[in-house]
Amino acid sequence: MSDAAELVRRTQEFLAAHPPASTAAEAFLEARFDAGLAWVHYPEGLGGLGAPRALQAVVDAELEAAGAPPAVGPSLNGIGLGMAAPTILAFGTEEQKRRFLRPLWLGQEIWCQLFSEPGAGSDLAALGTRAVRDGEDWIVTGQKVWTSGAHNARFAILIARTDPDLPKHRGITYFVCDMTDPGVEVRPLRQITGEAEFNEVFLTEVRIPDAHRLGEVGEGWKVAQTTLMNERVAIGGARLPREGGMIGPIAATWRERPELRTRDLHQRLVELWVEAEVARLTGERLRQQLVAGHPGPEGSGMKLTFARLAQQISGLEVELQGEEGLLYDDWTMRRPETVDFLGREAGYRYLRAKGNSIEGGTSEVLLNIVAERVLGLPSEPRTDKDIAWKDLSR
Amino acid sequence: MTTPSDLLYSETEDELRSAVRSLLTDRCDATQVLARAESDAPHDGDLWKTLAADMGLAGLLVPESLGGQGATHREAAVVLEELGRFVAPVPYLTSAVIATETLLGCGTPAADELLGALASGRSIGALALPLSTGPSASYAEIEEKDGRLTGRVTAVADAAAADVLLVVAGGGLYAVETASDGVTVTAQTPLDLTRPLAAVTLDSAPGRLLTADASAAVRRGLRAGAGLLASEQLGLADWCLTETVAYLKTRHQFNRPVGSFQALKHRLAELWLETVHARAAARNAADALATASDEAPLAASLAQAYCSPVAVHAAEEALQLHGGIGMTWEHPVHLYLKRAKADAIALGSAGAHREIVAELVDLRAP
Repeated sequence: MSDAAELVRRTQEFLAAHPPASTAAEAFLEARFDAGLAWVHYPEGLGGLGAPRALQAVVDAELEAAGAPPAVGPSLNGIGLGMAAPTILAFGTEEQKRRFLRPLWLGQEIWCQLFSEPGAGSDLAALGTRAVRDGEDWIVTGQKVWTSGAHNARFAILIARTDPDLPKHRGITYFVCDMTDPGVEVRPLRQITGEAEFNEVFLTEVRIPDAHRLGEVGEGWKVAQTTLMNERVAIGGARLPREGGMIGPIAATWRERPELRTRDLHQRLVELWVEAEVARLTGERLRQQLVAGHPGPEGSGMKLTFARLAQQISGLEVELQGEEGLLYDDWTMRRPETVDFLGREAGYRYLRAKGNSIEGGTSEVLLNIVAERVLGLPSEPRTDKDIAWKDLSR
Repeated sequence: MTTPSDLLYSETEDELRSAVRSLLTDRCDATQVLARAESDAPHDGDLWKTLAADMGLAGLLVPESLGGQGATHREAAVVLEELGRFVAPVPYLTSAVIATETLLGCGTPAADELLGALASGRSIGALALPLSTGPSASYAEIEEKDGRLTGRVTAVADAAAADVLLVVAGGGLYAVETASDGVTVTAQTPLDLTRPLAAVTLDSAPGRLLTADASAAVRRGLRAGAGLLASEQLGLADWCLTETVAYLKTRHQFNRPVGSFQALKHRLAELWLETVHARAAARNAADALATASDEAPLAASLAQAYCSPVAVHAAEEALQLHGGIGMTWEHPVHLYLKRAKADAIALGSAGAHREIVAELVDLRAP
């Protein structure tokens, strides 16, 4: 199953058996999963066919052309599709894969991520949420933060400390946490934009069955690396038309409102336009490398560029607005389902973009990763490697 | 959405790169380049002969029917990446790209004949305009009277190595043999020692008319030059990055490799990211020129607007991060800094190209 023509044939057969016009959306998607056309690179029986990942585009194109109902996308279940699923696939037991992947892909169960803590941000491995073994269960207590979608989520991927006497990377274990369990409390965390996209999650003696552990006890850091790697792939992957990103609205304003133009703004706008277009081409090049089966290390840098451009462009956009830049569209505390950069005004974009260089790895940490993993530069001398977690300064 | 450019390197292009790189590794190392830059013969004629004639690279852009290789800007861009990586003192950009593309834009028998000579490497050509002239810039013309040309052009790149100059006079384009009476080529002292500049003085020099309407052909030559210069800048920046990373792994201060200091690692990571973007911009320009896309003018100017500052930044970082050794004449980094700075002016500055971009994408100045 590595052949595009074969996949086209299978997709057409599937469409003939389940005509989109006369099949209910949910039933269609369930049948699509069971036919292995959900994510073709997943194994048979788990929504895929064991085909190369790049061939998903072939299936998607056929389905779209036939007017098939769209799958629940990453905008609603981004953590589930982008992070939880690949981790479950890599480390889950057969039973876990069968239990979790189907409702996840169908969007019947939304996932969130319980990783960051108030005391463990960039230094995630220093996390202090404790999991203590109690018979067939683990008792989990601690505080997590920056959890998007926790208020809608059925499950969470969770990392917790199972052995405080070991150095920090070695005493962590990876779990699936049922967000409806007693002891899980979700509180909205209001951001500088006025809304609460994220949550704080308080875990008080939550019982997690050992059957919900992913990977071995003490191997949680290794498992989490798979999750985080997939997070960055997901961020770099989308394909955009020219002016499809943040540069779009400012370019439109520039064209529509000549009275706002100054020479200084013009110079800065065109500089950013050039950088945005080059970044778009870089994303396109990355995509071509993936399709050709030669992924390069370039992806690890794209988030840095995306964050910087989003911040600079939105900052300039507020300035371009002049008097209107003094205003803000709406400070109402809301719980948005998705981040919609383009559906709000410039001031929102400016404030929300500030998070782009913090979430999913700060730009400073990502620069270290590029320097060490891509360029092979030596790491800084470390003082925390051989010390038991409980003896670290905090 | 228009079809995206092919931004990768084909297998053939990779093979071409290996062949050029292995030749330059043998024949064009930093010591040799530095020694030559200070000699009376700043161009490497033997190396040019191997590249242009033996390997057939001077004719990449010329159709086979006119004596060339019938390849495209994509392959020429790969050659330029390697020439930039070695700051090679050969007239490839000037003769095999700018002069060649200008002649291709003439479409006359006289121009075609000259193309054959350039493509085979028998002759070296140079467009007699200051190297700083960009594709949308105005330029001074030489006086023409009864086919005799009189006037002076300065900062003409590789004119001292050229057999034939392409001269804009009276609206037309003329071929002038440098060996003719009335032609004086005087070397100037260049900032970039690896791309020699000269003043060309014509005193009733005999010219052969190539086309009566020079403008479109000259713009075409300058645009292709600007678009492909981005690949040279990419190769140059890549050398600066690679060399500096290697040095910072071995140089120790404070009982540590200096490459383990976060302040330096971040600078190199940023530079790496700039080269990643530069590669996408340069490949996009090469592909747009190769396919004669409507987007070629935008792609070329976009690549120049982006890659010029990247090359300069790479060379400046390389110098600073090498510390004192980078400031010495003996270390090659200054050759790269000088080439990068000159390239930033060559064929239109980044600012000039941003103005072209603004015009093309309808972001009007106030």
